[in-house]
Amino acid sequence: MNDREVKELEEAVEQIWEIATVKFGLDPFPVRFEIVPASVMYEIGSYALPGRYSHWTFGKAYHRQKMMYDFGLSKIYEVVINSNPSYAFLLETNSITQNKMVIAHVLGHVDFFKNNVYFSKTNRRMVDEAAIHARRMSEYEFKYGRKVVEEFLDALLSIEEHVDPHLFIRKESRNADGRAKDEPGKRREGRYDDLFAKDELAENSPDSDKDEKSKLQPDHLLPEKDIVHYLMKHSPVLADWQRDVMAMIHEEMAYFIPQMQTKILNEGWASIWHSRIMRELDLPTSNHLEFAELHAGVVSPHKGQLNPYYLGYRILEDIEKRWDKPTKEDREKFGRQDGQGREKIFEVRELDNDISFLRNYLTEELCEELDLFVYQLVDDEEWTVTEKAWEKVRNQLVANMTNFGFPYIEIVDGDYNHNRELYLMHRFEGIELDMKYARKTLEYVHKLWGRKVHLETVVDEEALVLHFDGQEHDED
Amino acid sequence: MSVQRNDWSLQRKGQIDQERHKERVRDAIKKNLGSIVSNEAIILSDGKRRVKVPIRSLDEYKFRFDYRKKKHVGTGDGKTQVGDVIGREGQPGPGVGSGQGAGDQPGQEYYEAEVDIDEIAKLIFEDLHLPYLEDKAKQAVQSKTTKFTEIRRAGILANLDKRRSILENIKRTARESGDAKLGRFKKEDLRYRTWEEQIKYESNAVVIAMMDVSGSMGDFKKYIARSFYFWMVRFLRTKYDHVEIVFISHHTEAKEVSEEQFFTQGESGGTVVSSAYRLALNTVAERFPPRDWNVYPFHFSDGDNYYSDNDEAVRLADELISTCNLFGYGEIGEEGASSYRRSTGALLSIFKDRLKNQQRFVGVRIDDKEDVYPALKEFFGKRGDQA
Repeated sequence: MNDREVKELEEAVEQIWEIATVKFGLDPFPVRFEIVPASVMYEIGSYALPGRYSHWTFGKAYHRQKMMYDFGLSKIYEVVINSNPSYAFLLETNSITQNKMVIAHVLGHVDFFKNNVYFSKTNRRMVDEAAIHARRMSEYEFKYGRKVVEEFLDALLSIEEHVDPHLFIRKESRNADGRAKDEPGKRREGRYDDLFAKDELAENSPDSDKDEKSKLQPDHLLPEKDIVHYLMKHSPVLADWQRDVMAMIHEEMAYFIPQMQTKILNEGWASIWHSRIMRELDLPTSNHLEFAELHAGVVSPHKGQLNPYYLGYRILEDIEKRWDKPTKEDREKFGRQDGQGREKIFEVRELDNDISFLRNYLTEELCEELDLFVYQLVDDEEWTVTEKAWEKVRNQLVANMTNFGFPYIEIVDGDYNHNRELYLMHRFEGIELDMKYARKTLEYVHKLWGRKVHLETVVDEEALVLHFDGQEHDED
Repeated sequence: MSVQRNDWSLQRKGQIDQERHKERVRDAIKKNLGSIVSNEAIILSDGKRRVKVPIRSLDEYKFRFDYRKKKHVGTGDGKTQVGDVIGREGQPGPGVGSGQGAGDQPGQEYYEAEVDIDEIAKLIFEDLHLPYLEDKAKQAVQSKTTKFTEIRRAGILANLDKRRSILENIKRTARESGDAKLGRFKKEDLRYRTWEEQIKYESNAVVIAMMDVSGSMGDFKKYIARSFYFWMVRFLRTKYDHVEIVFISHHTEAKEVSEEQFFTQGESGGTVVSSAYRLALNTVAERFPPRDWNVYPFHFSDGDNYYSDNDEAVRLADELISTCNLFGYGEIGEEGASSYRRSTGALLSIFKDRLKNQQRFVGVRIDDKEDVYPALKEFFGKRGDQA
């Protein structure tokens, strides 16, 4: 891309910003765009944040994505960061039209980040924060050895999704109720305050009596969903630096979780706006055709899968239509007026996440139009459609989204058998765990806890408890 | 609002972490050599250099749902009905809500690494070499090599070392005029490469590979034998320049075959092991006199020899051992081993009991694909008295 093209893009950004904010009422943070080569795009895409700490899993992801790109199999068009100012990356090998569409799409995303309630507590300076984390991480690598840190991260990352972004909010409210013992002010900034509580753990012994027990978990009411935080605070075997690493991972995960919870809505939102903005740009025909093709490719349904762009886009369009022209029943029952479509989708963008979005707005007609269905593996061989009744399909979809697709696992006892053993409970809701992975992950949990660990789940309609003591797996 | 374009050419973070990943792949390969050694993709690779091999220790373990038991939701093309089959096992699952930003792929069971067979071979062969190698009849195996080892001031023009000559010229000009540049060439500037003849001594080795192709050797057993010989052949050809390999396959009768036939032949019939040993001994006597050659006979069978042949087999095996450096015997059990084969009727135990010279006999039992690599190490590992 030469300088003239960069200039053209700069002008396009101004123009698109104008259309997005003035004409359509979008309200994004200011955005810094950067033009980058493919390798950088894939790098940031793999790490999800520029300047993040190193781990081989990122290398694996990077390698795969780069390979897909090199073989022409897939392409990342945009990477945009939830921050203020926001950062977005444009592929230098894209055409101007493609990048214009990306810019418009990005503005939709940033508007979403700014205004959706689930993002309200996210750290808008995460890029700096991630860089600080990365630096600390490499200091630890230097001090303790790369292998040591890597092996610890391997174990930690196996449970990284088991984090509760509302953890600190919960604690605040608990303190207010006075149910928990007193702890020096739990301010949001004092995220690392809880590390100071580790003094209590210094002289723990296996046969703790009751007083010791409550002293060990002064502010922790079980069951606890945030496994990372719990282990960080109460594990008998972790070193300070390891707890610090857990705190960093916890913070990064809490930052990402809203994005995982709103994927469909966010992509739908950005797609709606990129298509409307592009239309406003009044492009010459050839460019417009190029855009149309691109857009069609992005929001196309993939057979047997769920394209979030497609789903989000269609549902939002449908909402706008229905609120623009409410049915007689809607008017009578809800007092809806004509022409409230635009207002309504802005409201949705503010208040909903994927689960509420799907539950409230996926209608019978939409299920028909989108040809949604439930399918399962039958006879261990064939993926077969098993359900087309719209309510069942919708409910299954919503169920699959719960906890952004991860099993809901809680710590229910940190002193099981009066032996400081850890007891985890899988809140079974109809879908079984992958047992092989569960056992392997349990090994990692054991590594982090240092003592015997248990996991209760349901297999073949019967309760099953897995045990791991560092040497052998067992179950009953 | 700004649009920036910076120089990312020095950015290597993705690559650096990719290196970390590659390192893990290498470590994983090392740990998994046992299963990689007998992996079909390699043994049946037909000379392809790069092969995909599954490695289990690179999975990113998490608590996750069993995607095979899950109920998934998808969109169709408009006419989907209950009962439609939309795919067979192996299809990727839906992409929404089941992974996070770092490029996770749901539903993948193991990691497939693309490996270079030569690299694997190197790893496997690090600890292997032909045991009991004795220096035999050096005259037979001299090979002359010429190496350019010296630089002289005289020589023939064809051997002019231009670089050094130019260097000498510049040095001289610098000395004379204080200016380091190329001046007019003088005879004293010129340098020539000369060679000397070096005589390499190699040890000669011949391997007599014998395989039981009788009816009792089913596909699995033949495959195991094949795996073993695959690596043995490869190994020998990399470690030693001059190794001959004789392929003998037998059932009730033995015959010498080509390498190709050896690996692909499927026969039937009974098993008379002594036929192979007799042919081996004859071949050695005719073509590979032990005073000139290190002979290594190897035999793979399932141990199910014709009962009355056992005495003869033992006698001939003894004779092989006395003429050869080492006699190797691999007994292949049923897939998922049964203890029947460990019974006294099988050759391995007979050999162990009755062979006179146990030191130069190596017998192993292979029940599983995982046993092939240990068997290789058993045969080719370091021994006390190495040449």
